[in-house]
Parts: sequence; structure tokens; C-alpha cells
Amino acid sequence: MRSLKFLLQKELRQITRDPSIFRILFIMPMIQLLILPLAADYEIKNINLGVVDQDHSEYSRKLVNKIISSGYFRLRDYSSSFPHALHSIEQDKTDLILEIPAHFERDLVQDNEATLFVAVNAINGVKAGLGGAYIQGIIKDYNQVVRTQWIQYPKFNPQATIEVTSSDWYNPNMNYRVFMVPGILVMLVTMIGSSFAASNIVREKEMGTIEQINVTPIKKYEFILGKLIPFWMLAITVLTVGLIIARLVYSIIPLGHYLTIYIFASIYLLAVLGLGLLLSTYAQTQQQSMLVSFFITMIFNLLSGLYTPIESMPEWAQWITKFNPVSYFIEVMRMVMLKGSGLSDIKYHILAVIGFAVFFNGWAVLNYKKRSI
Amino acid sequence: MKQFLVFVKKEFLHIWRDSRTLFILIWMPVVQIVLYGFALTNEVKNSKIAILDESQDEATTVIIDRIDASRYFQVIKHLHSYKEIEATFRQGKVRMVIVFPQGFRNDLLHTHHAQIQLIADATDPNTANTLTNYASSIINDYQETLDRDLKLPYRINAQVRMLYNPELKGAYNFVPGVMALVLMLVCAMMTSMAIVREKEMGTMEVILVSPLKPFRIIIAKTIPYLLVSMLNIASILLLSVYALDVPIAGNLSLLLGESILFTITSLSIGILISNSVKTQQAAMFTSMMSLFLPTLLFSGFLFPVENMPIALQIISNIVPAKWYYIIVKQVMIKGLGIQYVWKETLILVGMTAGLLAISIRNFKIRLE
Repeated sequence: MRSLKFLLQKELRQITRDPSIFRILFIMPMIQLLILPLAADYEIKNINLGVVDQDHSEYSRKLVNKIISSGYFRLRDYSSSFPHALHSIEQDKTDLILEIPAHFERDLVQDNEATLFVAVNAINGVKAGLGGAYIQGIIKDYNQVVRTQWIQYPKFNPQATIEVTSSDWYNPNMNYRVFMVPGILVMLVTMIGSSFAASNIVREKEMGTIEQINVTPIKKYEFILGKLIPFWMLAITVLTVGLIIARLVYSIIPLGHYLTIYIFASIYLLAVLGLGLLLSTYAQTQQQSMLVSFFITMIFNLLSGLYTPIESMPEWAQWITKFNPVSYFIEVMRMVMLKGSGLSDIKYHILAVIGFAVFFNGWAVLNYKKRSI
Repeated sequence: MKQFLVFVKKEFLHIWRDSRTLFILIWMPVVQIVLYGFALTNEVKNSKIAILDESQDEATTVIIDRIDASRYFQVIKHLHSYKEIEATFRQGKVRMVIVFPQGFRNDLLHTHHAQIQLIADATDPNTANTLTNYASSIINDYQETLDRDLKLPYRINAQVRMLYNPELKGAYNFVPGVMALVLMLVCAMMTSMAIVREKEMGTMEVILVSPLKPFRIIIAKTIPYLLVSMLNIASILLLSVYALDVPIAGNLSLLLGESILFTITSLSIGILISNSVKTQQAAMFTSMMSLFLPTLLFSGFLFPVENMPIALQIISNIVPAKWYYIIVKQVMIKGLGIQYVWKETLILVGMTAGLLAISIRNFKIRLE
């Protein structure tokens, strides 16, 4: 136990005496946390609209006005023919073209039916899907307005209507940041923790200082613990700073307890750091270990549910997420911070990360050999 | 020239003999394409929902069956009281609860007016929005079957056509993004680490006293990575055409030319980073924080740039990956020619020239 104390002292000195580590550990995550959530906004608005109005009627003007005043669309182009409008889509000036054919008003009033054409730039499928849905909704509303102008509805509605009301719980303002900030915080803590741990033992190997440790009576588990604890403390500090930023800057106040987050995070970090150390015991150069850890954390992050919902993934990818510690932490963060879940709600998540922690650290201790090959 | 080739060979052996690094360099783009192409989608399907049905009559059963049968929803739980909703959401499984009030069918048949409440877990706003839309449209469909005999007058039909990507596949958006990401990563991060490594190990001293000019030493360092990234572009393009069915609509040689240009941009950023840091750890983190994440964020393939605050939109202009992403999208997906991308190409050329000039001038020939 005494030797562990000395090891910890050594590691902490190494960290505190390297100014670049401090910079990387605190300033960068802070910048990330301040910029990322501003950028990571999936909400679709400001769709650039191009209009081809060949009817030039009162109805067509009203429709265009209605679309623009909805707030989702910006009128960017007003052309006389469809090929012209298409040209502006090709140049990325517009995302969506509404074509109002000639005699639109006349057809609608005389034939009871008129057609509009909408063309969407669908390279970004999500944006195109939502944009198309918005404009169809607006046209439908407009249709209803036209109808009420012409028909006097009977007092007693013959049409059976089902009124659908919807309410959005936990995030009634549909604020994307509330959703992204906890997830981004998890990503940052994971990336920093795992890559520092991954490069650490290798660094000793590369510099040759591991020889000195190998000839001391330090036990294998003591060595791993000596590496684990300082990084664990650093990562918890980064998490704390992140939570403070979330509270002060984004006014995200967890509905659940901070304690729940910390209990989970402390076990989770053991797992992630253990994985880093495990990679470190295998790698020969820092470049190698960082690249491997970067590769693995990249897969973990992409398959964590941070960017896209897990249940949309195909079966095989959903299976991978079950073996992905990051996805557990992101889920827990969101549950505790946004929905106020307690320890009993996340008991399976806790069990899973305990499993990961034991597995990775156990393997790392077994694989660290004091004998040089 | 011969000396130069010897140096290139040395750098090659560095990569070639580190089989793990090589393995990852080659497989990284493949894994990314597979993940982005197949696993990551914002499409909502099989979302787990719960039902609170307080009337349990014919009409509600039909609606619930229809919702369950659609590919968007999967009913996993039937609740019995309003109080259970909160607890169900807290366990984190269910995304939406549909509430049918008492006497639903009665209201529908007699007063012609009935209510359904959709309660969405809006922690994820877009998913919540999409689910609410889907559920409403299924309910609307049901309502229309009830009113089939009534034909409504003054109908406006909207015909919507999706250009370039009629099936709304995510891959069309992701493939150009992954190309930018992988090239940035392989070139900038790996090059900066390779150069810094020589500093850290002390072998830089040996190289600096060699008769080769510093400029050429740097070029020799970058050539192997240039070739690896060419290999990566090839594998990404092959995968996207044959596995993801994303065709190359435009001119292949134009696309390759632009890719080489962007590779050189990334390499010069790598050299620049290596000039300003001392350890591999620092090189790695600087590349990750100043290149990888901005590429992910500001190139526009994950998050729409036009939604960002103006300040960030301006910042996004200095991210080279943004311009490359635009070029690839125009050339590869839309099939447009150079006349549509010359501006972006010029910007990339300008950035590359500037970066190369700075990094070569700052390259230190002396040890400190």
C-alpha cells in the first residue's frame, strides 16, 4: 500500500508539471462544451425556398405568403421557369422548389381540384423529409382556408373528426441543447479519459522508464492502480467542470440527483480507463495506442445513441451497443438529468458497467508483464 | 533525388512495419462507411411506445393495431392509469404514450368528435416531433376511412418529388462527410504524430544533420501518408458504389483530383501542428480538438450549418473540410462539373498554399 502512495505521488507530479496536459485537460473541453452544443442542432428551420409562380393569381400569392410566414422557409429565389429554379438548387442556393402551374386558381375554383409541384434537394435525407412534410402541412392548412371561404359548413359537423393533441414532456420547448449537452459531456470525458490512459503506459515503454518500474518490488495490480487513480481523478474533475458549465451556461439543472450521476460516473470511468490501460499494455508505440484507442472510442461514440437513436439501428448494431459502455452512460445521463430517474431506474446500467470495469481492469493486470521481452 | 527516395523508403518502412497502425489506417474508412451507411440513421422505426386505453372499444383496438403494425411503432406496454406514465418514461424504454380517454367510440359516433392524446418523451426533440407526426397521420388515415363517402371539394394536391436521392438515404449525405473525415484524420493527425515522434525520440537530431534539405525531409514524411489516403479514397468510393448504392454521378478524375488537393491541405495542417507541439500526446490532442471535431461539426454533414449562430457560420468557413465536403457533394452526388465548384477549389488551393508556406517557414532546423 505504501508503494501505491509513492506511485500516485509520481503520477500526479508528472501530470501537474506538464503544462500542455493541463491545457488539453481543461481548456479544450471547456471550449468544446461551449461551442459544440451551439453547433449540434438538428432542428430544421431556414429552409431556402425557390418559387416558380406561373399563375400570378391572388391564390398563389397568398399561398407563398403563408409558407414564408410559417418561419420554416426563407424565400431565396423567384424564377420564371422550372429549369431556372433547378439551376439554383444545383448551386445550393435553394433547398426546395414550389412550382405553381398556370391556371392554378382557375382549376381550383372551376374543377374543384388543382395540383402543385414540389421538388426537394434530398441529398440530406432528414432535412428533405422534414422540409417536404412541413410544406405539405402548410398546403393542407391553406386548403382548409380556401375551403371555408367557399363552403358554409353546416352547424352540425357531418364529418367524424378525431382531435389529436400532443404534449412534449421533459423538454416542452423542444430545446435541442438540453438533449445534446449531457451526451457531449459524456463523449468528452470518455475521449479524454481513455486516450490519456491509453498513451500513458506506452509512454513509459517508449521512453524506457518502464524498466525502472519493473525492477522495483511494485506489484502488478499496484502499478495499474497507480495509473488508474490519477486519471480517474482528472476525469471526475472534467466531469464536474462540465456539469458546472451545463448549469451556468445552458441552465440545465438535473431533475435527478448529482449523486446518482457521480455514482454511475465513478464506476463508468473505471471501465473506460481500464480499457485504455489494456490497450496501453498491448501497444508498442504511442502512435499505435492512440490510434487504436481513437478508433475504438470513435466506434463507441458513433454507436452510442448520441447522434442517432439506438432503436433506429439495425439489429447487429443494436447488439454492439449492448457491449458499449458509452451508450450506457449517455442513456443514464439523459435519464437522470432530464427525467429525474433514480438509482433504482438505472440498476441494470450500473450492473453492466461494473461488469465492464472488472473485465477490462482484470485483463489489463493480467496482460501487464514486468518481464521485458 | 536518390537521397530523397531513401528517405521516402524509410518512412514507408516505419508505417509498413507497424502492422497495427497500418491495419487501422486501412480499415478505419471501411468501418466508418459501414457504420454511417448502415447503422447510423435518423430514420425513426420500431420506436417503443406504450398505450393507456381507458375505453377499450372497437375503434381504439383498430387504431392501436394499425399503429402497432406500422414500421414506426412497436407497442411494448399497456398501462392502466395516468400515474404509470411518469414511471414508464423514467425507466427510459418508452418514447411515447398514446392515451385514449373513456368512451372514445361513443364520442366518435354520436358527437362526431373524439380525442386522443399523444405524450412524447421530448428529451430528443426531433424524434419526438417525428413520432408525433407519424402517429397523427396514422390516426388521420383511420379517420379518412370513416369519412370515405364524403368527397371534399376544392382539393389542392401537392406532388412532392425528391431530387438526387429519392429514397432519402442517409448515405448520400454521409459518404462525402466520411471522405473528408478520414482524409483529415489520416493525413493531419498521423503526419503530425510521425514528425513529433522523431522529436520525442531524439532521432530528429540525426535527420537534421543529414545532407537533405529540411523541406525535403518533410515532403518525404508526408508521401507515404499521401499514398495511404489515396488507398482510403479508393476503398471508400468502391464501398459506396457497390455496398451502399451511392453512384458517382460526376467525373471521376475531377473527384480524385479534388481529393488529392484536399489531402495536401490536410498534410500541410499536420506539418503545421507538428511544428508547434513537443509531444505526441499534445500532437494527437491538438489534431483531435482542432481538426477532427470541427470537421465533424462544421462540414455540414452531421449538423446543418445554416442553423448555427452567425459567429459559428463564419468560423465554419475556415474549416477546409467544409469546402471539400461541398465539392464532393456537387461532383459525386449531383454530377456537376468544374464550373460549379471552381470557387471552392480556389479556396482550397489558397488555404493549402498559405498553410504550406507558414509551416515550411516555421520548420525549425535547429534543436532548442
